[in-house]
Parts: sequence; C-alpha cells; structure tokens
Amino acid sequence: MVTYHHPMTDDDRVFKALADPTRRFLLDRLFERDGRTLTELESVLDMTRFGVMKHLRVLEEANLIVTRRSGREKLHFLNPVPIRLIHDRWIDKFTERRIAALTDLKRELEDRS
Amino acid sequence: MTATDTTAADTTAADSTPPTKPAATTQVYRVYIQATPRQVWDAITQPEWNARYGYPGHSEYDLRPGGAYRGIADADMLAMGLPELLVDGEVLEADPPRRLVQTWRFNWSPEIIAEGYTRVTWETAEEIGGITRLTVTHELEGAPLTAEQVGGSAPMVEGGGGWAMILSGLKTLLETGKDLGIHDA
Repeated sequence: MVTYHHPMTDDDRVFKALADPTRRFLLDRLFERDGRTLTELESVLDMTRFGVMKHLRVLEEANLIVTRRSGREKLHFLNPVPIRLIHDRWIDKFTERRIAALTDLKRELEDRS
Repeated sequence: MTATDTTAADTTAADSTPPTKPAATTQVYRVYIQATPRQVWDAITQPEWNARYGYPGHSEYDLRPGGAYRGIADADMLAMGLPELLVDGEVLEADPPRRLVQTWRFNWSPEIIAEGYTRVTWETAEEIGGITRLTVTHELEGAPLTAEQVGGSAPMVEGGGGWAMILSGLKTLLETGKDLGIHDA
C-alpha cells in the first residue's frame, strides 16, 4: 500500500523529519558518504532494523532521502533540495527584512544628523 | 565501523552555506513540481526557460543522441574571466518529456576540466494532482572536484549552490513565475 504525500505541499514534513535526533544522525551519516544500504545504516545505530526502516521512511516521505535500486540493493541518497527550498523561500525573506531594517536605521540616523 | 567508512573522512565538512553535500560518486536530487512533465522538460531544455534559474547564462540542447549540450556563460561571467562555453557535453538519450541523459563537463578550472565528462540523467514522472517528480542523477566517478562543485560544497561566490540551488530555482520559476537565481543573491 503506497500513500502519496507530496513534500512540495508540506514543509511541515521536513521540519518534523528533522526534529528527531536519530533522523538527523542518519542524514549526517549520508552526508559523510552517500548511497548507503539499510544494513550499513543499521550498523551505525543501536537500534533494530525495523526502527531504522521507520526513520528512513519518514525521511523519504519528507523527500530528504531518495532511494535507488542498484542490483539487489537499495541505496539511500541524501537529497538537500527540500532544505534548499526552505532556505530560498524563508531564510531569504528574513535576510531581506534585516537588510531593509538596517537601511531604514541608516537613513533615520543620517536624517537626524 | 568498517574500513570503508573512513573513506568519507577526506571530505571536509562544508562551511555554513546551506545546504551542501560532500563529494560522492553518485549524487541524486529530487524535487516535486506543480507542473506537467512537458513544462518541466521545456524548463530544462529551452534557453528562454533555463536562463531564468540557477547560474547566470543559459543552456542549449540539440535533443538527439550525439547532439551537443552547451552551457553558455553570460556577460558578467565572461567579465570574470570564465570561458563562454562554461559547461559542455553530449546528449546520449532524449525521450521527451520523460528522460534525458547527457554527458556534462564543467570548464571551470584546468583541474576540473581534467576530470573529464561526467553523466547526468534527468527523469520526470507524472504524479497525481498535476505534480511532476523530477529526479536528477549525476554520476561522478573519478570526478571529485566536479562532485564538490555540483554538490554545492563550495561557497556561493565561488560557484557554490550546485544542483540543490538549480532545482529549487526551477521549481520556483515554474510554480510562481519568479526568477530565482544566484544572480539575485
């Protein structure tokens, strides 16, 4: 049974996935070396195979990892695009506002003098 | 930890430029876009679209096996001393709007050019709700410097941003009509 969740409609999914230390640990391991198997990822965690699979599923639903078949193996790749999207959509807005605020402050100070 | 786990140690963690990826043999990127596969295909392959996101400049594709791929620098990049043909390659497979396979070489520095041609596969899949899933797979065997560049590990000013930045811009353009490139940073 496959349920489609569209990450594009849901930044919450990304934040929720990132809110868990085990899942961040898994992403860190993939950042170090991409394209790992479940068995490899399982070996770096003190957790059952089922537990690791559950975390990987949450990450995959958030589109933070992409899996690819290579022969009999399923490889896990870190996908940074959702984080980049949040960066582009949100962080830039805050930066713009900060710059705008500084510009306003400068103008105000200059007007005063 | 097995001995192979230490091979990642030579990839130093990137600086604060988000988000980044270290060198790896294959990199896989995926983005969901509210658009048809044809719109996504055109945004990748048509210069009037691909000039509007990602790095400055545009890309030209001769969409047949053996056809040329040319990533052309814009005037600002030329002024920085970069070559006009900033990226080049060959189309290996073109099955619009589903699948595009090409070779890809980044003519950025003698060291990167020496790594030779890598291979990029673009795949679109139509999902429910008018959404297209775009997957970009970049095979980077024997090209660690190229991998670092496209993985976005280099700072923005040195051409960082990589595929994540490009694909974020592609999605934003198709969904909002807004240009979102490194040139806006």
